[in-house]
Amino acid sequence: MQPSERKLSQLRQLEAESIQIIREAAAEFDNPVMMYSVGKDSTVMLRLAEKAFAPGPLPFPLLHVDTTWKFQDMYRYRDTIEANLQGELIKHINQEGVAMGMNPFDFGSNKYTTVMKTDGLKQALTKYEFDCAFGGARRDEEKSRAKERIFSFRDSHHQWDPKNQRPELWNLYNAKIKKGENVRVFPLSNWTELDVWLYIWLADIPVVPLYFAKDRPVVERSGTWILVDDDRMRLEPGEKPQMKKVRFRTLGCYPLSGAVESEADTVPKVIQEMLLNRFSERQGRLIDFDEEGSMEVKKREGYF
Amino acid sequence: MTDDKDLIREDIEAYLAKYQKKELLRFVSVGSVDDGKSTLIGRILYDTGMVFEDQMAAVRAASQSDEPDLALLTDGLKAEREQGITIDVAYRYFATDKRKFIIADTPGHIQYTRNMVTGASTADVALILIDARHGVLEQSRRHAYIASLLGIPHLAVCVNKMDLKDYSQQVYEEITADFTEFGKTLRFKDIQFFPISALVGDNVVSDSDKTPWYDGPSVLGYLETVPVFADRNLEDFRYPVQYVIRPDLDYRGFAAEVSSGVIAKGEEIVALPSGKALKVAAIDTYDGELEEAWAGQSVTIRLEDEIDISRGDMIVKPGNLPRVTRRFDAHIVWMDEKPLDTEKAYLVKHTTQTVRAQIDKIYFDVDMKTLEEKPTEGIELNDIAKVRLSCHRALYVDDYQKNRQTGAFIVIDTLTNNTVAAGMISLEGSDQDLDEVMKELHAESAMEPKTFVSPNERMERFGQRGATIWLTGLPGSGRWTLAYALERKLFDEGRTATVVNPVGEDLRSMISAAKAVTDAGLINICAFPSPTRKDRDELAARIGEDRVIQVYVNTDEALCKERRPDVDTSNFEPPESPDITVALDEVRIDRAVEIILEALKERGQFET
Repeated sequence: MQPSERKLSQLRQLEAESIQIIREAAAEFDNPVMMYSVGKDSTVMLRLAEKAFAPGPLPFPLLHVDTTWKFQDMYRYRDTIEANLQGELIKHINQEGVAMGMNPFDFGSNKYTTVMKTDGLKQALTKYEFDCAFGGARRDEEKSRAKERIFSFRDSHHQWDPKNQRPELWNLYNAKIKKGENVRVFPLSNWTELDVWLYIWLADIPVVPLYFAKDRPVVERSGTWILVDDDRMRLEPGEKPQMKKVRFRTLGCYPLSGAVESEADTVPKVIQEMLLNRFSERQGRLIDFDEEGSMEVKKREGYF
Repeated sequence: MTDDKDLIREDIEAYLAKYQKKELLRFVSVGSVDDGKSTLIGRILYDTGMVFEDQMAAVRAASQSDEPDLALLTDGLKAEREQGITIDVAYRYFATDKRKFIIADTPGHIQYTRNMVTGASTADVALILIDARHGVLEQSRRHAYIASLLGIPHLAVCVNKMDLKDYSQQVYEEITADFTEFGKTLRFKDIQFFPISALVGDNVVSDSDKTPWYDGPSVLGYLETVPVFADRNLEDFRYPVQYVIRPDLDYRGFAAEVSSGVIAKGEEIVALPSGKALKVAAIDTYDGELEEAWAGQSVTIRLEDEIDISRGDMIVKPGNLPRVTRRFDAHIVWMDEKPLDTEKAYLVKHTTQTVRAQIDKIYFDVDMKTLEEKPTEGIELNDIAKVRLSCHRALYVDDYQKNRQTGAFIVIDTLTNNTVAAGMISLEGSDQDLDEVMKELHAESAMEPKTFVSPNERMERFGQRGATIWLTGLPGSGRWTLAYALERKLFDEGRTATVVNPVGEDLRSMISAAKAVTDAGLINICAFPSPTRKDRDELAARIGEDRVIQVYVNTDEALCKERRPDVDTSNFEPPESPDITVALDEVRIDRAVEIILEALKERGQFET
C-alpha cells in the first residue's frame, strides 16, 4: 500500500477514537456501566463498544433508566436488543416515583423529569456502585455541551461543576477518582448528528422505527405533535387524535417528545430532511423550553 | 455546504458517499475577547451554512444591534455569558464540500494558558488573530509560541479588523514582516497570513474584492486544503496495549490504537518490557481482519505465540525502538492552582501506563512576556518550564516534536486526583539497542528511596502541622499526667496526637522517636526528663526549632519534693523562655490542657 493511501476518513477516525475512549474507560475503572437510552446515539455507542471488545463480550452491563413513559416502540426495540446481547441489561425504575404516582401530566415536565430520570439515574448509579457511566451525548447537541469533557467528573452527589473539570489533553484521560465519586464518559463527544445517522446507514444498524415517518395518531400541543402512544395519554377537552405522517428526531418520554411532519421513511431521506431543514435537534424535546440554558441547570443537578 | 446543497437535494446517497470519505481537520482558534475570534468562528459557521434557523433566531434576539452578533453563536455557558468572556475550551463542528472540521475554541487571556494548551494538544492547525490596529502584540507571540511547543505543524495568522484600517496593504505587510521575523524562532512547517475582517466577512470564507493586492486563499480555503495527512508519523511503529481481549482460552488479542507507524500481518515485533520477539498472526477488527494497520486505527493484534503482555506494555518493531528510560527531560505546562511540589510524588500518565514519578529538577521557566528562559524557584499555574522527571518504572518514550503520541504525558496529583500538568518530552542523545533497553528495564527505580509524601500533603490529610510538645519540669510536677490528658483532649478534638512513651530509653533515642512522629505529621507529646538547658537546646535543634513547643510545668517545688522525696533534682535548670508555662498546683489539669490547646491554636498548628 502506498503511504498516501494510509488515510482514515473522518468517520473511520471518529470510530477509532471512540473505541480508544471506551477501551480506556473499561480498563481504568473498576465498575463501569453503559447508559442505554434506546435512542439512536445509544445504539451507535453500543455498536462501538461491541467493536472495542470483539470477539469478546462487553466487559460491563448496560443500564436503561426506565421512566415508564417511553414509547411502546422503544420498549419493543429494547427487548430485541436485550435478547441479542452478550451481557446484562439492567432496567431501573425509580419506585419511589412510581409510588408517588409520578406522571408528566400532573407534575409538569420539570418535576417529572427530575424524579423519574435524574433521580432514577442517581439511584441506579448509587445502588450498583458504578464508578463510570458511558453516555451517548454529543457536543454539537446543545451549546452548554460544547465545553463538556469526554471524561466528565461528578462528585459523590453525582453533581457536575463546570468550574471543577479536569483539563483534557491528547487522548490521555484521567480516570482517577475517590470512592463514591464517578465519571461520565462520552465516547461520541466529537460526533455530529449527521455522523451518527451516516454511521447507522453505512453499518445498517437497526434503530427504533419512530425515527421514520409513518401515519401515527397525534395531537397538537405547543406547536408540536404529540403521539397518542397508549391509553394513558390524557386528552384536553375537545382534543381529538388525528392521523399525521410524522417522525421523531429525538426520543424520550412520549408525552414530552414532539414529532415533526415528514415524508422521510429511510435513513438517507431522514438525513436529507435534516440537512435541508436545519433545525436544532433538541427542538423536539419540550423540556428544553422551560428556560434558557436549562440543559445546563439539569446537568448540574445530575441529569446526564 | 454551498455546492453540496444541490447534491443533498438531488442525490442524497451520492452526497453521503462523498461525506463519509471526507478528511478530518482539527484546528485550535486562539484569541482574546477583543480581537474578534468569536466573531471569526461565528462567521465561518454562518457563512458555511452550519447555523440552525432557531439558533440564528436566538442570536438575533440577543444581539444589541440590528446586525446579528455572530460572536453569540459560539457563546456557551450561562456563567460565561454573564461574565461576557469565554472561560473554557469549547468544541465546534462543521463541514464543507471538502472536509469536516473540529474547532477547539480557546480563550486567549494570559491566565488561560491552560485552556490553550488543552485545545492545542490535538490540533493540526493553529489559527491566531492579530488586531490590525495594534499589530503583533506580546499575546500573539505567546499564542504562537505555545502552538509551536505543542507541536502544531501549521500556523494560520489572521490579521483581523482590516476594515478599520481601510484594507491597507502597508499595514498588513508591516504586520506580516514583523511576525515572520519572530516565526523563524519557532518550529512550524509553514506560516500563512490572511488579511481579514471577521465582522464583514472579507477573506474568511470567500475572497474579498476590498483586498485586490492579496492573492492568497481565504481562511476557509486554506483550512480545506492544507495537507495534514503528511504530518502523521508513519515511520515509528508504536502500539501501547490498552486492553487484553480474552473471551476464551483460544483467543488472546492485544487491543490498542496505533500511536504511530504501520504494522502488517506476518511482521516481526518486540514486546516491551519482556523484550521477546514474535510475529503478528493477525490484525483483527469487528469488521474482519486487516492486512495492515496504521497510525490512528483502533485494532486488536494477535501474535503467533503465547506471551504475557498486559495493559501498559508496548509493542514495537525490533529495528525501531522507542527510548526506554526512567528519567527524562520535558517541557511542562502547570495547570493547577496549587504550585509544583518537588518534594512529592505525582502520577504520570503516558500512553497507557501510569507510573509514580517525581519532578526533581527545574532547569528554567519561560518568561511569558519575553518568551525567554529564566531561572526559577517554583512553578505555578500557567507556568511553562523545562524540568527533569524521575519515574518509578521505565517508560517507552519518543521526543514530542517527533511523535506527539508517545512524547506526551499528563501529571496527576495523587491527593486531589486533578490533572495538574501537561508534559512534552524532549530527548537528546543516541538511540538505544535492545541490550541497552533491557538493561534499563531491569534497573531500579530512578526515584530516590525516600518519602514522597511531602509535609504539605501530610498537613492536608491531618489538618494539622506535625509538632512535638515537650513538657519540662521537676520530677513529681505532673508532666506525664498532663501529657496523657492533653493527648485525650486532642483526640477528642479530631486531632492526631500521641504520647511517646519511654521504657528504658535514653534522651537521644527519645529525641529520635519524637522527630519521627513529628515528621509523620502527628502531634507528639513527650515528658521525658530533660533537666538541663543543653538537653533542651539539643532536642529543639534536632527536631526543628519551629516544630517544638516547650511547656514548662512549673508546679511548686515543695509539692514536687513531697511527691517524689527520693529523687535528686540538683541538676535541674528551669527553662528560661518556655513557650507555655503552667503550674499544676495553681490550675486544675483540664485548665492546663485548655491553656496549651489555646496556645497551639494561636500559633497556627491546625489547618481546619
